[in-house]
Amino acid sequence: MKRLPTWKEFPLGCVVTTPGSAVLFETGDWRSYFPRTDEDKCIACGVCWLFCPDNSRRKVPRKVKRPGAMYADYFDFNFKYCKGCGICAAECPSCAITMIEESAK
Amino acid sequence: MSTNFNIFAARLLSQDELFTQGHRACQGCSPALAMRLIGKALGFNMIVANATGCMEIICSPYPFMAWTVPWIHVAFENTAAVASGIEAGIKTLRRKKRHYIDTGEKIAIVGIGGDGGTMDIGIQALSGALERGHDFIYVCYDNEAYMNTGIQRSSGTPFGASTSTSPAGSRSIGQTTPKKDFAEICAAHNIPYVATANVAYPFDLIEKMRKAKEAKGPAVIHLFAPCPTGWGCTASSSIKLARLATETGLFPLYEVVNGKYALSLDIEKLRPVEEYAAIRNVRDYLYDETAGCKDAQGRYRHLSPDLVARIQEQAHARYERLKAKVRMTQEW
Amino acid sequence: MTEPKRIGMEVSIAISEAVRQCDADVISAYPITPQTHVVEHLADLAAQGLLDCEIIPVESEHSALSACIGSSAVGARTFTATASQGLALMVEIMYIASALRMPIVMAVANRALSAPINIWCDHSDAMLARDTGWIQYFVENGQEAYDMTLCSFRIAEDNRVMLPITLNFDGFTLSHVVESLVPLTDEQVREFLPPFTPVYRLDPKNPVSMGPVGIPEIYTEAKKAHDEAILASRAVIDEVWADFGKRFGRHYQAVEHYRTEGAQTLLVGMGGLTESMRGAVDLLRDKGKRVGLIRLRLFRPFPHEDLRKALGDAGTVIVFDRCLSTGGPGGPVASEIRSALYNLPKRPAIVSFIGALGGRDVRTSQFAELIERSEATAASGSIPDYEMVGVRE
Repeated sequence: MKRLPTWKEFPLGCVVTTPGSAVLFETGDWRSYFPRTDEDKCIACGVCWLFCPDNSRRKVPRKVKRPGAMYADYFDFNFKYCKGCGICAAECPSCAITMIEESAK
Repeated sequence: MSTNFNIFAARLLSQDELFTQGHRACQGCSPALAMRLIGKALGFNMIVANATGCMEIICSPYPFMAWTVPWIHVAFENTAAVASGIEAGIKTLRRKKRHYIDTGEKIAIVGIGGDGGTMDIGIQALSGALERGHDFIYVCYDNEAYMNTGIQRSSGTPFGASTSTSPAGSRSIGQTTPKKDFAEICAAHNIPYVATANVAYPFDLIEKMRKAKEAKGPAVIHLFAPCPTGWGCTASSSIKLARLATETGLFPLYEVVNGKYALSLDIEKLRPVEEYAAIRNVRDYLYDETAGCKDAQGRYRHLSPDLVARIQEQAHARYERLKAKVRMTQEW
Repeated sequence: MTEPKRIGMEVSIAISEAVRQCDADVISAYPITPQTHVVEHLADLAAQGLLDCEIIPVESEHSALSACIGSSAVGARTFTATASQGLALMVEIMYIASALRMPIVMAVANRALSAPINIWCDHSDAMLARDTGWIQYFVENGQEAYDMTLCSFRIAEDNRVMLPITLNFDGFTLSHVVESLVPLTDEQVREFLPPFTPVYRLDPKNPVSMGPVGIPEIYTEAKKAHDEAILASRAVIDEVWADFGKRFGRHYQAVEHYRTEGAQTLLVGMGGLTESMRGAVDLLRDKGKRVGLIRLRLFRPFPHEDLRKALGDAGTVIVFDRCLSTGGPGGPVASEIRSALYNLPKRPAIVSFIGALGGRDVRTSQFAELIERSEATAASGSIPDYEMVGVRE
């Protein structure tokens, strides 16, 4: 909210007419650790994406191409929203993710 | 490191995100993950009635809203009643051909509440709604205390857990009563579908949500979802602990379909409860360097070996009783 | 179109018949004496196929109003009824229903609040709900109860209003009494009452979210918007009552005057007991006294200006409250009237009486005696804050 609304600007009963507007709030600055994904170890299974409470894993094209449609991309993190909880690192079946301190970047 | 190998089809799930990023939940909040998974299970044709609590607060500070489906929050204890009203309203409006008439598909009406808002203050409204047979789904996300207000005990808090209103001390072992058997209470209402689910078993949860939607009448899902803030464990361990809860038999996964019990996951040999509470290593936290996480729950840190043995016994006894119910009802 | 006949009908049944004629969609209610006949009759109408609606037999009044919010939120015309303890249990949700702008119509068969438990009429239940942000009025007789039910749906659901309404009527002395009234035909009601088209609806095709967290930065503005809405509803209320009067010949105002021409002393009351008050005014007028009656029909939004105009020039105003604000500054209505008149350059003496609690009757002769006594009290210049009448000492 750039400017706080006046009382006349509220919709009836404070109804929010913009569902999904939470994306306007970027929670990325909450984190102390960020997940670094080793592209070689990632098998693009999607487990990290499935278990992220903040939907902060996304498919990214690989820098080094691999044969097969399933391997065209791998999963990396969304720096705007990732809170650095480390669930992805804990659940990754191929141990491809390491949590690195933000200040160590 | 995940040991549950039937989740490799994760990337084939629905890509729709009905519960967006940007919500204010703590790092590692598994109930927030549960909301995301519920969205994937049911799709856009749903209406959510949400109880006051963590999941309501984190998704709705005006004007931000994490749900992309119609959503209403009224109060703490009346979610099932609000859902009843929504269901009755839609039914009548459809019958009178005024609104909701061009959707051939059923609109899933979902009441969502925490363990406090459901098992304690909300049990009356839920019991009424179940008895009246409204066609809706109720999901109780169970993080085993009133987390939103500061980790106070609820009837979902398990025996021996320390909370801010049942703290462990020299005169107290923490919670002295066992966890309320919520799924059983719901099953006693003879509704078409009751199931326990766990955020660490997402495909099972999604499948159960779909069955709940298809059930003609009320369906209840008791969803186990750890809260790292309230349990005193690291944010990264919430899924692991949820999995351990089921593997130790403390939170078995089962369904009651029209009165018949069925185990979703029949574990031959239950893991010892120490692994769940990790109190064996209370002074020497297990540190998995590759995954970078710690396991231990602060809320169980005070437990003596006697109490652990008691919890172990209770877990096994309940699991055996559940298996007996499965055998008995399958034979009807 | 044939002229509707005058019939005798129990007032509870009359209210239910009005709800049937309004084609309500959802009725969600819990039984409590003396409201039971209202909901029983509606259930009967539904069972006989005369009213196409969903009756939700909820497990408490709190759930009754919660279910009403749910059904109103999807665009269904919603009705409920309660009394006393039931209203008290609902109050948490009443604040929410009005702030969420749900146009629910609720009939309240006014009954005393416990303890001691008492099932008979007084206004303590209505007074508990004063600040909930609902439009509230008090009816005097069966015809009015019926008429006001019809008007309520139209006022509440008007997109300029979108606020819930409480229709207060005497428990037992109205609810269980057969009164003569002239009902409207179904067609007349259909012409008077448009269908309900809400501003927002919970619909997956056009998703909205209702009931967000109101952080400190916005809560004040939200409350201001709510307050302005209820104040603005007055214009619509007057409009609807005027239209009703034009179509059907029965005219209703926020504040009713009875024999107030040249009156020096005015008695103020609400609800069914005002019929007895009218009798007292007649008695005293026959004796040549210049007294009159002001009946407050609309209680919320509080009709400040109407009351200032009606009472400002009187010498003595006697307010009869049917509710005790225990330990408070006086009867609730008396306190509000004192507050409304306080800033007038010239204001009347205001005497506050509290009585007829828990179903106790106050007779015409007793009202007459109260009026005469008050004139003396006012003249003496020493007026107590309030006095409870009819107490056995």
